[in-house]
Amino acid sequence: MCGIAGLIHRGGKTADVGREMTAMLQSLKHRGPDSTGFALYGKPDKNKLVLRFKVAEQEDIAKGFKIHHEIKERRAEVNRRIEQLGGKIEDEKEATEYAFRYVVSYDGDRRALADFVEDVEGAEFLSIGHGLELIKDLGDANRVSTQYGLPGFIGTHGIGHTRMATESDVDIRSAHPYWAYPFADVSVVHNGQLTNYWNGRRALERRGHRFMSNCDSELIAVYLADKMEEGAELQDAMKESIRELDGVFTYLVATADRLGMAKDEMAAKPMVLYESDDFIGLASEEVAIRSVFPHEIHTFDPYEGEVRVWKA
Amino acid sequence: MALKTKSHDLGMHTERLRGRTQQRFFNPSEDENFVYHDSFTVDFNKRAEFDAGPLEAQAINLKIRELMSQGYGSINIKNPGAKHGLGVGILNRLNLTFEGSLGYFGCGLIDGPNVRITGRVGWSCAENMMAGTLVIENNAGSTFGAAMRGGDLVCKGDVGARVGIDQKGGTILIGGRAGAFCGFMMQRGRMVILGDAGKNLGDSMYDGTIYVGGKIDGLGVDAVPGEMNDLDVAWLERKLKLYGLETPRGVKNMTKIVAGKQLWNYDNLEPSEKKLVL
Repeated sequence: MCGIAGLIHRGGKTADVGREMTAMLQSLKHRGPDSTGFALYGKPDKNKLVLRFKVAEQEDIAKGFKIHHEIKERRAEVNRRIEQLGGKIEDEKEATEYAFRYVVSYDGDRRALADFVEDVEGAEFLSIGHGLELIKDLGDANRVSTQYGLPGFIGTHGIGHTRMATESDVDIRSAHPYWAYPFADVSVVHNGQLTNYWNGRRALERRGHRFMSNCDSELIAVYLADKMEEGAELQDAMKESIRELDGVFTYLVATADRLGMAKDEMAAKPMVLYESDDFIGLASEEVAIRSVFPHEIHTFDPYEGEVRVWKA
Repeated sequence: MALKTKSHDLGMHTERLRGRTQQRFFNPSEDENFVYHDSFTVDFNKRAEFDAGPLEAQAINLKIRELMSQGYGSINIKNPGAKHGLGVGILNRLNLTFEGSLGYFGCGLIDGPNVRITGRVGWSCAENMMAGTLVIENNAGSTFGAAMRGGDLVCKGDVGARVGIDQKGGTILIGGRAGAFCGFMMQRGRMVILGDAGKNLGDSMYDGTIYVGGKIDGLGVDAVPGEMNDLDVAWLERKLKLYGLETPRGVKNMTKIVAGKQLWNYDNLEPSEKKLVL
């Protein structure tokens, strides 16, 4: 089933999007209790990159004492590789024992950075961005949010996902959102199934893109990244996706200053939309929007094949 | 005989419909199925009101049941908060008002109550509705009135996709626009869409009638235009007036869609083969 949600404060306004997204996703827990993920957008700093990455899975921690030592070794190797490519680590925090948040000065090729660092065993970038911070882990929204200290995250917008694992494993790698490698600040959450996943994946792999999971939702992120790499605007890439991606889906995509939604031609997956001059809220169920706006609001369902994009 | 012709012209049939109120209407002497295990005799003049804000969905439904068991016939519920599965399985007469919005599967399997919702409803509202009236003042989600068997289901705003999928009777009235695949495998009853209708309207419908006031994105397999007659116009005028609805171009200019009866009116061809022929 899965639940997705997103919000954007318009006109450059900021708010505690960490707390708002936590409330929205917690109210969608019944749609997917396996894992929860957030893509939150703070004020972008053009001179710095925020790296969110992990060097192990949560389940690895339970497998023995050796992993603790390995995590330290892997992290040291990640640091060495970032510096080898000319990056300067300005700040580093442990979100959990196996997941980290770095602020880095780096003006080189992001794809080269991602590829080089992800060569370290267990290492995977959850996101690279100037404003984006992508957090995902096993458990419900309250648990993940508390674990990673998300309440108090001030930003303009965010998207999130509660996952009920169907076609792939219950692990962080298969959790949403997906970062649209190698684009900074682009993330995707998805509710549905893609039936041409393997064909699409093979085609994109031949074009040099990498996939970190076997989850069909990752295809959307990489697909959009590929289109934008060719110069397409976000909205055009999304419209093209409606035609080229096969299956039933509703997805949300966010960039540094935009939030978008797309619904397949069958309109088989739900989405409720609340739109005002100051705020846009979207979710699989209205209860999620009500967790931010408890009073009566005017909401509606977007239609089949519909693509919308809003600016912060 | 004339009555039978009329009902056929309007997309209705002479088969006995299920549901207590339906059965009473069509065959007053029929005692069978008149008593539901979970139904109550209520007094419309006995009124109650409660705040659903702090309550879970199950507690709200139990509260409605408790009030009905005490004979309350007019119940007003404040702050339903878009919770799922509210007002389901009510099998007796009742005036029920929700001041606010409902989530998914609201008012499913009802047989008899008159329900008014001042806000919006989520997916699958009034699924398997058997009798009564349900009026939504705002918008509605997809699969609105799925497998509905009787009564009047009214949404004054816009509605999502697959309205009246597998509809088996009753009337669905939509004041605004409706999405794709409305009336998919419709078997009986009437659907009125005053705004635009999405693609594949009436796909694979067996029977029944769909009226559209706006533009149709496309008809589904075996859905064909029908000819509006005086009975259609009279029925539409009466029904729209009853719920305070209007169509901008006038009832006479609405488009009538019926089953072509080539797909499911069986001959030697399998349905899949018939689809190819069509």
